Amino acid sequence: MTSLIHEPPAIADTNDVVAMMTRIADQVAAPAADEVDVQGRFPAETISALRAEGLLSALVPRSLGGMGASYADLSRGLVALGRQCASSAMVTAMHHIQVACLVRHGRNDLLRNYQVELVDRQYLLASATTEVGTGGDVGSSVCAVDVAGGTFHLEKQAPVISYGRFADGILVTARRSADSPENDQVLALCRPPELELEQVGEWNALGFRGTCSPGFILRASGDASAILDDPYADLSTQTMLPVAHILWSSLWLGIATSATDRARRFVQAEARKRPGMTPAAALRLADTTAQLQQFSDLVRGAVTRFEEIQDDPNRLSALGFAIAMNSLKVSASTLVVDIVRQCMVICGLASYRMDTPYSLGRHLRDSMGASLMVNNDRIMGNNAQMLLVHRGE
Amino acid sequence: MDETIREVLSEHGRLAVDAGAIDENADLFAAGMTSHASVNVMLALEDAFDIEFSEQMLRKSTFESIASIRAGVSEMQDA
Repeated sequence: MTSLIHEPPAIADTNDVVAMMTRIADQVAAPAADEVDVQGRFPAETISALRAEGLLSALVPRSLGGMGASYADLSRGLVALGRQCASSAMVTAMHHIQVACLVRHGRNDLLRNYQVELVDRQYLLASATTEVGTGGDVGSSVCAVDVAGGTFHLEKQAPVISYGRFADGILVTARRSADSPENDQVLALCRPPELELEQVGEWNALGFRGTCSPGFILRASGDASAILDDPYADLSTQTMLPVAHILWSSLWLGIATSATDRARRFVQAEARKRPGMTPAAALRLADTTAQLQQFSDLVRGAVTRFEEIQDDPNRLSALGFAIAMNSLKVSASTLVVDIVRQCMVICGLASYRMDTPYSLGRHLRDSMGASLMVNNDRIMGNNAQMLLVHRGE
Repeated sequence: MDETIREVLSEHGRLAVDAGAIDENADLFAAGMTSHASVNVMLALEDAFDIEFSEQMLRKSTFESIASIRAGVSEMQDA
């Protein structure tokens, strides 16, 4: 609660992105976080506040009217959001992953113009990569885009589309054509009114309840230029995967930071009751704080690693980088659960109860999602495969 | 060399088409080779030609066609 900015300047420079996201996290997302979780409702107030500040186009370059924010700043902003409301932070992260794909791979006129429109209208973008029948492998598709006369048609059975009902556009993977093998994929921007979603089932999950992620049958058509220029395999390697793992890890770091904040306050309250006696839990707090530092440095290091090579497709496509970005996801999603669990041991029953300043039930439930959304075993399986030929750094 | 490359592709490439007949410039990934299969192709090529691809050769573009594989293998043989 240290950086309250009441009147943000009209033209943001990059540090303002962090300050604005932190203010929204503390003043808007935090008060609603428990209700969003309990009711499993969309965090509309957070997204409206981000919209009002133009933050949904933070990654769009200044030449197209956006803020041209860095991934480092966005990462820090997501840590702040993740500290207060993991659902808000996850929706925001997933949106920016889609924007990153558009900004970095949407080169044709239609997609450039769409970015300008996105700045103006502050569109919220969602993603439909998983599909019924592919066993969770986002690198293959059953559905295909059917292009005829400059128009594409597409129908996809999506087991999950996070905040699909609240999105202004969805980036959808599909095979390049009806004749293409399952791994020859493209990414298509699907927009209303030529986008129709038929909801299948409900989203009643353990955590990230506010992401509102049921299944849908998605039907869309549109101008064939709304299909991104680069093959999905390249786009995934160079942008979607590293950016997703960096931004997710950032918000998971936010969850872990918040849990550690509560544990530290608990230990300090204990210490005040008996000055002169170091509480037994203080040692575990020291241990957990060291783990949190590892986590923080891991995320910061990954952001730097990506930013250093972000304009070099060759280096982004190297095995070593792919292995590092996969390892980031697995490490971060493991650390967040470990840290929350340690903090629960520190706070004891006060964290187990749902109604104390030290409650960690929501943190624990949200943190468990991290290793499951794109399963860590699948990611490690990919790394195992790549390590058969990787030569080391 | 092309014959050996085609044999390796036939055995490990999991192509949707006949590896013996595919055009040497055709995109193998578009022909159904997955990234998983491409790793097996790399391993089998290293064994068949007794070479080791360098780190900078280990990218999608090296393995995207028979012609690019031939160029990659030749470069490693000359190295």
